[in-house]
Amino acid sequence: MDLALPASTKKIVIDPVTRVEGHGKVTILLDEANQVVQTRLHIVEFRGFERFIQGRPFWEVPVLVQRLCGICPVSHHLAAAKAMDRIVGGEHLTPTASKMRRLMHYGQIFQSHALHFFHLCSPDLLFGFDADVKIRNVIGVAARYPELAVQGVMMRKFGQEIIKATAGKKIHGTGAIPGGVNKNLSIQERDGFLQDLDQMVTWARGAVGIARDYTVSNLQTLAPFGSFESSHMSIVRNDGAMELYDGNLRAIDAVGDKIFDQVPCQEYSDYLAEEVRPWSYMKFPFIRSLGPERGWYRVGPLARINTADFIDTPEAEAARREFMALTGGKPNNLTMAYHWARMIESLHAIEKIRDLLHDHDLQGTDLVVKGERREEGIGIVEAPRGTLIHHYKVDDQDQVVMANLIVSTTHNNEPMNRAVQKVARDYLSGVEITEGLLNRVEVAIRAYDPCLSCATHALGQMPLTVELLDHAGQVLDTKST
Amino acid sequence: MSDTVALTIDNVQLQGRPGQTILEAADEAGIYIPRLCHLKGLQPFGSCRVCTVLVNGRPQAACTQPISPGMVIESSTEQVREIRKDLIDMLFVEGNHFCMFCERSGNCELQAMAYRFGISAPRYPFLFPSRAVDASHPDIMIDHNRCIRCARCVRASRDLDGKEVFGFVNRGPHKELAVNAAARLVDTTVDVTDQAMNVCPVGALLKKRTAYVVPIGRRKYDHTPIGSEIEGARSQ
Repeated sequence: MDLALPASTKKIVIDPVTRVEGHGKVTILLDEANQVVQTRLHIVEFRGFERFIQGRPFWEVPVLVQRLCGICPVSHHLAAAKAMDRIVGGEHLTPTASKMRRLMHYGQIFQSHALHFFHLCSPDLLFGFDADVKIRNVIGVAARYPELAVQGVMMRKFGQEIIKATAGKKIHGTGAIPGGVNKNLSIQERDGFLQDLDQMVTWARGAVGIARDYTVSNLQTLAPFGSFESSHMSIVRNDGAMELYDGNLRAIDAVGDKIFDQVPCQEYSDYLAEEVRPWSYMKFPFIRSLGPERGWYRVGPLARINTADFIDTPEAEAARREFMALTGGKPNNLTMAYHWARMIESLHAIEKIRDLLHDHDLQGTDLVVKGERREEGIGIVEAPRGTLIHHYKVDDQDQVVMANLIVSTTHNNEPMNRAVQKVARDYLSGVEITEGLLNRVEVAIRAYDPCLSCATHALGQMPLTVELLDHAGQVLDTKST
Repeated sequence: MSDTVALTIDNVQLQGRPGQTILEAADEAGIYIPRLCHLKGLQPFGSCRVCTVLVNGRPQAACTQPISPGMVIESSTEQVREIRKDLIDMLFVEGNHFCMFCERSGNCELQAMAYRFGISAPRYPFLFPSRAVDASHPDIMIDHNRCIRCARCVRASRDLDGKEVFGFVNRGPHKELAVNAAARLVDTTVDVTDQAMNVCPVGALLKKRTAYVVPIGRRKYDHTPIGSEIEGARSQ
């Protein structure tokens, strides 16, 4: 989205963004007629995990790199572990190891989606984008809709407890090791989860209804909000089913035609490349065959619902069909439909958890396999916010010599920039940053991701600043949340 | 010569045996004196000073100081506790100890000692030294970032394995663990079955590809603080 700028432009900056983890800044450049010519979401902090894990032993990586994030550490833990499975030749896990990891992953999806939807985004949906920021927050939700707030908290807690039972800790555990896992699930742990399971399924079902009803009843407003046509990418199962833990890559265009399909994860770099732009620490991935200008795509819940042929759990599949019916079976390109898609995945995750908890393989004792040692490993999972790629090379002394991480937010970099640009063009009035504009920019970013930290590997809490610049580069207005 | 030696530790009267160190006598009496470089079965070394006690008012290393009749020893007073806390703090800041991803976390004596002393963050500034990892050996790795120079591996290799694989070079703050070869561990006679491989109190001398196999919740110090085994003997 690097447009050639005319000589006379103005710039608006939103800095910082709130209820988004990390730190971001939005600049809006205006021309002489005060029309938006360019909008950029700048990710201005840097962490550098890819560099400082070099020299560390490979078995340490799944535990180390998950420190990128406190919301989705399991995704990094598992993506790295899958890469290290390849290093030790242990990618064909035992049934117990495979299912324990899946249980951990679905617990992660369930808790993270609950956090994203109930804690971070529901204030916008329940109170409206223009509501007073003093009540448009999770405390406001708890006061006005206490039952809903409790559901969000308890769903997140359930997912976190699943993570603790599989990884040892709710945050930053050690469950997955190269070639397997370090524990199984005890009968006592399983029975504890089974007690709460029906309630979780009921709540997840209800959350789909909330997201669906919100989207459908506000469709006129939401349809154009930050929306645009795009390609979509995710992993899918070999029969085309939605797959979150282990599958092959599929990309489709805006009308659903396949760009590539069933690409083995180890070959991702033959199909995807990354572009560096000087104004952001976040790289811009693109589909090689389409080039950097046209090759960008979306990932995450919306993309996964669009790319999958079906979902292999009954209630989530019924919800997917209803979702796809809205667009006549074609890909849904509405940015705000991410929330509905997210809750369908949440229902899918709890259905998967239910199936796994009734599977006796989880009580097996064959936990680790090993095979022929390799020097390169790639692990790809679908993290809550989208496709997560971990790629490592390890030398013959077991030390990491190369690491490349492409996280969900990085895939969504260009789409988030486009969403912000669309909102700026639609809602900027004059040369002043209004509360309405500020709120809407944040709402658009949060539809994708409340979490910019792992993408650039930023520390700290993210607030957003918006800066408005004129044609001469002079700051007209700056507003922070 | 008497068969017993009468002394007091923290106002508890006890009878030691001639030739015992303060630490040995305390252990037998079920009184835990914190220690890092000391390990039963190895020659006392006295380098970490975490076992510092006041003997008749003077600081001494309990692991090397023999008992004598009438000794009045202070071990769990606030003054001694502060001395030990400072020493533990300094061990953390002079190395690169990142417990959050260290494979010895939960089994690490330095980490366990910090928990016992309620140290959540060091009081001194980190030095962030630049130290190497020697991963040259196919089965063994030395992460110098975490070495506290306790010399347990030096003593075990020399006295138990009869090999003298490890030693120290340089002095003062530049002192570091070295191997008995021109440069790398792979050029020594060390073997993963050596007893020296089982004595490191931290995550410095490691058996490769054994990390994280014990899940959180079943590690040595997940449920009971370091020293419990000695204090437990006293309560029984």
